[in-house]
Amino acid sequence: MTAIATAAPSRSPVVRERRRRFLSTGLFIACVVMTFVSLMIGTSVFSPATVLRAITGAGTDQSADVIIKFQLPRVLLCWLVGIGLAVSGGVMQAVIRNSLAAPNIIGVTKGAGLAAVVVVLAAPTSPAFLLPVVAFAGGVLAFGVVYLAAYRSGTTPARLALVGIAVSALCEAGILFFLVRYPLNVSSALIWLSGSLYGRTMMSFWQILPWVAILVPLLLYYSRRLDALGLGDDLAAGLGEPVERTRRITLLLSVGLASAVVAGAGTIGFVGLVAPHIARRLVGGRHHAYLPVAGLIGAFMMLVADTIARGLIPPLEIPSGLVTSVIGAPYFLYLLAKTGKAGAR
Amino acid sequence: MRLQAEGVHLAYEEKVVARDLSIIVPDGKVSVLIGPNGSGKSTALRALARLLKPTSGSVVLDGKSIHSLSTKEVARRLAILPQLLIAPESITVEDLVWFGRHPHRSSLRTPSTDDKDTVEWALEVTGSAEIRDRQVDQLSGGQRQRAWIALCLAQGTDLILLDEPTTFLDIAYQLDVLDLLADLNREQNKTIVMVLHDVNQAAEYAQNVFVLSEGTLVDEGPPETVLTCDMMRDVFGIESQILAHPVSGKPLCVPLKGRQRALADAALTATPPA
Repeated sequence: MTAIATAAPSRSPVVRERRRRFLSTGLFIACVVMTFVSLMIGTSVFSPATVLRAITGAGTDQSADVIIKFQLPRVLLCWLVGIGLAVSGGVMQAVIRNSLAAPNIIGVTKGAGLAAVVVVLAAPTSPAFLLPVVAFAGGVLAFGVVYLAAYRSGTTPARLALVGIAVSALCEAGILFFLVRYPLNVSSALIWLSGSLYGRTMMSFWQILPWVAILVPLLLYYSRRLDALGLGDDLAAGLGEPVERTRRITLLLSVGLASAVVAGAGTIGFVGLVAPHIARRLVGGRHHAYLPVAGLIGAFMMLVADTIARGLIPPLEIPSGLVTSVIGAPYFLYLLAKTGKAGAR
Repeated sequence: MRLQAEGVHLAYEEKVVARDLSIIVPDGKVSVLIGPNGSGKSTALRALARLLKPTSGSVVLDGKSIHSLSTKEVARRLAILPQLLIAPESITVEDLVWFGRHPHRSSLRTPSTDDKDTVEWALEVTGSAEIRDRQVDQLSGGQRQRAWIALCLAQGTDLILLDEPTTFLDIAYQLDVLDLLADLNREQNKTIVMVLHDVNQAAEYAQNVFVLSEGTLVDEGPPETVLTCDMMRDVFGIESQILAHPVSGKPLCVPLKGRQRALADAALTATPPA
């Protein structure tokens, strides 16, 4: 992780704190503005006045109906998904001590994906509410397998990452098998796999909300202990941190968060990886400082991605997960290039 | 004596590192563990700090088995500085030193004046106060090591364990760090236990030396009695002469020949030419 460190120049705590406040406020405003813009753009473009009337309840025409019924749930979901993925990604990067860690490294995304694909393809007649439940179980289960396989009188970050990659690969193989075996419903499975917010209702929002509302504050509560884990197992233990227990709890919380989000919105790539990176570069590596900023960056990324997904070639819809990948992948390559240079020292 | 190991067996996975090892750490003194590579000195130090659980025997801290105490309770009584140190990215010296207060703070409590005073004191006493806003990864080796020691001091414990605190430092910084630790022992009455590679530094700075070889304690005592030609031959496998240090009068080991040549010479004297 240190290799990607961006030496923010030395600053006194007061200056740093002011910078953090300023950035958080700015990001929050940017997210609110983007929310508004996103509400304007759908299959047709609405005027700001129409949107304003719709969300204040003053509008009763058909466009207000469209905005409230179809746009609003997606926009709200973008917030939850962005915050959830970014915070859970940041925590995983800290606990596994690998800056490339994200929900898909540790098996969560692929596990949820496999479970969802099995439901969509092998049991297409099952009720719709089953999909998120099964996907959530798949994500948590995959992580359980990873943790147990990596456990040998304690885990190490490297073992967790390696086993996570192996389990992800296995799940990926499973996904491909089902795609080939049941070609009839492949397109609906692919839409889920690439992460789309198309057709989401308020039900999805209410489904994810409790997870984000409970797990994100809980993880923030752990932020100083996560800082301590960053000092290495021996020193963290020397400082009174029950290392293995803290690692297990925080991983489980972040896995639950990622699974809930993936279950509700499909496998959306790169937000969980890139948002914490940008946040650390902006405000430094202390968790209480960068996790909230990462959450806002994640929400902003999702809002932009979903707006593009809807507005680029209407009435056609691109999965938002594709957009985040198209935006995220180049940044990721840029990070790798930078890491290569810094790693050479 | 506050800290001691009583007949501990230590092992990593299947590999046994120490057998029936007993170490009694004398209070208020500087103790140094020496021994060749693989003799188990770092492992013994980790066991003393509760980082490694003995397969049998026990480590006792303040009269209680150290594994019956919580990690936090141990951290309030002894500080350990491991050999391999990882600084989190973009962190200042002051932030780093604040980690020393970790065992004394609950997750939500704001820092008390006691916390602040201890951090200030740790920064002052290690000479790190003027570099408090600098990034740890931009410091020189000596400055960085001082910052890490300040972290340990901020824990506010009387027992401080350090695993090779001078490794990777050039000679001036090595002495700098050792002098700092000696001062802490003399002025603050801290009990210091450390692993050192250099026997002469051990002789100069230790009041008590533990000699480890293949996981057992072969000798202990003040450097004057422990550092002998025989010990250097038996434990380190080198021929040497022990002189008195011209200034301090402490034993000074002058290696004569390496292991290979000592063995070759022994073979020669064993079978004299006809």
